[in-house]
Amino acid sequence: MSVALREPGAVIESEPIRSRRGVVWETIRRRPSALAGAVILSVIILGALLAPWIAPYDLHTQVGPVFGAPSWAHPLGLDDGGIDMVTLLMWGARVSLLVGFAATLVSMLIGGTVGLLAGYFGGKTDTILMRITDYFLVIPDVPLMIVVAAIWGPSLFHIIIVIGILLWTSTARVLRAQVKSVRELVYVKRARSLGASHTRIVLRHVLPQVAPLLIASTVLTIAVAIFDETALAFLGLGDPSRISLGKMIENAFQRAAISTGAWWAIVPPGVLVALIILACSLIGGALEDALNPRLRVAHLSARTFRLRPLVGRGEEAV
Amino acid sequence: MKGADYILKRVGFALVTIFVAVTINFALFRLAPGSAVTNLARVPHATPETRLAIKRQFGLDKSKLTQYRIYLVQLMHGNLGVSFANSQPVRDNLKTALINTIPMVLLGTMFAIVIGTLTGVIAAWRRGTGAEAASVTTALGFYSMPTHWLGLMLVILFAGILPTGGMSNEFLINPPFWTHVKDLAAHITLPALTLGLVLFGEYTLIVRSAMLETLGEDYILTARAKGLRPGAILRKHALRNALLPIATLVALSLGYIVAGAILVETVFSWPGIGRAVYDAVLQRDYPMLQGAFLLLTVSVVFFNLVADLLYFRLDPRISE
Repeated sequence: MSVALREPGAVIESEPIRSRRGVVWETIRRRPSALAGAVILSVIILGALLAPWIAPYDLHTQVGPVFGAPSWAHPLGLDDGGIDMVTLLMWGARVSLLVGFAATLVSMLIGGTVGLLAGYFGGKTDTILMRITDYFLVIPDVPLMIVVAAIWGPSLFHIIIVIGILLWTSTARVLRAQVKSVRELVYVKRARSLGASHTRIVLRHVLPQVAPLLIASTVLTIAVAIFDETALAFLGLGDPSRISLGKMIENAFQRAAISTGAWWAIVPPGVLVALIILACSLIGGALEDALNPRLRVAHLSARTFRLRPLVGRGEEAV
Repeated sequence: MKGADYILKRVGFALVTIFVAVTINFALFRLAPGSAVTNLARVPHATPETRLAIKRQFGLDKSKLTQYRIYLVQLMHGNLGVSFANSQPVRDNLKTALINTIPMVLLGTMFAIVIGTLTGVIAAWRRGTGAEAASVTTALGFYSMPTHWLGLMLVILFAGILPTGGMSNEFLINPPFWTHVKDLAAHITLPALTLGLVLFGEYTLIVRSAMLETLGEDYILTARAKGLRPGAILRKHALRNALLPIATLVALSLGYIVAGAILVETVFSWPGIGRAVYDAVLQRDYPMLQGAFLLLTVSVVFFNLVADLLYFRLDPRISE
């Protein structure tokens, strides 16, 4: 490629540094797949949030026969307790999304902290933290989740914590790499030489720079967390007092919805879970594609990458 | 002698990881909230004498450190305890289960690797065409479905055509050899297909991005400039180099395979490790659960090590 022949300083044409704010929305708006994902997710979240007001029936009242077939009054039929499926789906999505978001929050806090500290301080801190991350990366999540959930006993809170403390590894790694490069930027160095404390540098200068990537990682983690909730619920480790999408699949399976021919009790909750995961993957994938420098380069040649970062910007900034 | 160094490092890492897993395993079950007696032996309303006897029997009256040492020593001897559910040694239960799991998981994974690589390569090679859109959409679709739910969908679709539970027809007594083989093949189809389809989605996406990365390299441009046939560039220049990251990523997806196997075996009542985990959870059979967790972890760590060493063999740059 011709770029390789030029002086390093000449390569800054790459792109202007975008304002941090709005990067996320801008990326989503520009890519049709991400936009579709955002629309799907928004509709589902809206339905779940408004469940207490717009759900057609009561969640705890039997309104027809067990496994009643779809009809005009109940477009998706009734479940094993004679409860309206549409109502159940709205309330179930509420619980599933709650688990997904809360568990992701836990894992973001852990993964974000580990990634920031390892990337920012480097050296021994980095080595130790990344070693721990490596161990967590290799140990299979789902069996460990099953063991912990089985010992702690089924409750929504436990499930959130269990999923949260096992999903942080990829966030930590992605973030660490990004923080490492941000740390070398001139304005960060300048802030340090002006005597800013580590806390201030991390919070004011580093964190805002890596925030978009953290958001991408968050969206992808939500998908995994919701999948894990569904899996745990299916294995009988869900909260028995809360109906989630995973719990709905389990109930239908346990109470022989399939041999009764009541497909409507088992197809919709799975479709909804698949839609949530799909939407999150579309959004997260697009964001990561746009924001992660390593992936962006994947579509160009390796050589352009080696010359582009830091050098040019640095000289110009000095 | 960098090579030996690398191998030693990876083996060391694997050993330490297994040690960490063993320790987690011990800590989770012994330091769990609630009385160890009720956790270990599930004896409601026991008299103080019974409790004491149980404590002695399980060595719970000793300090945690001694317990840990005893646990390690017993583990070295291959003693994983006795199952609460059927009073058999956990080791024997796990051995039977493992033998049942391997063919199913192997078949599903092979299916996924072959089909996933094919569609992934097509998607990357035909970038921007309908072929790419179609394969990426299909892959994302299967990737998004919860494994057990996909299994249930296959049950609905194929009920009556293929067996949907168990490993063999229990009413066939001493069948002729070929009838038995056909019966087994019919039973393995749906579970293996479910696992295969879920993994297929994942692998297609992995292979596609690995291929795209390789196709952007300068040597592909050089090959094109030399006027090589596209087929030759694809096979000899792009695919071979893309195989490296693919090998690692397939190894990293092992945890995913394990999770898939647990869910698939639960749906199809396949009497393997996954089903053993499910049963152990239902019956709160802690020794069994502990043993299964350890077995799954050790195998994932082991195959990761194999992948690392394979990578070393495949990529001469590492030993430089």
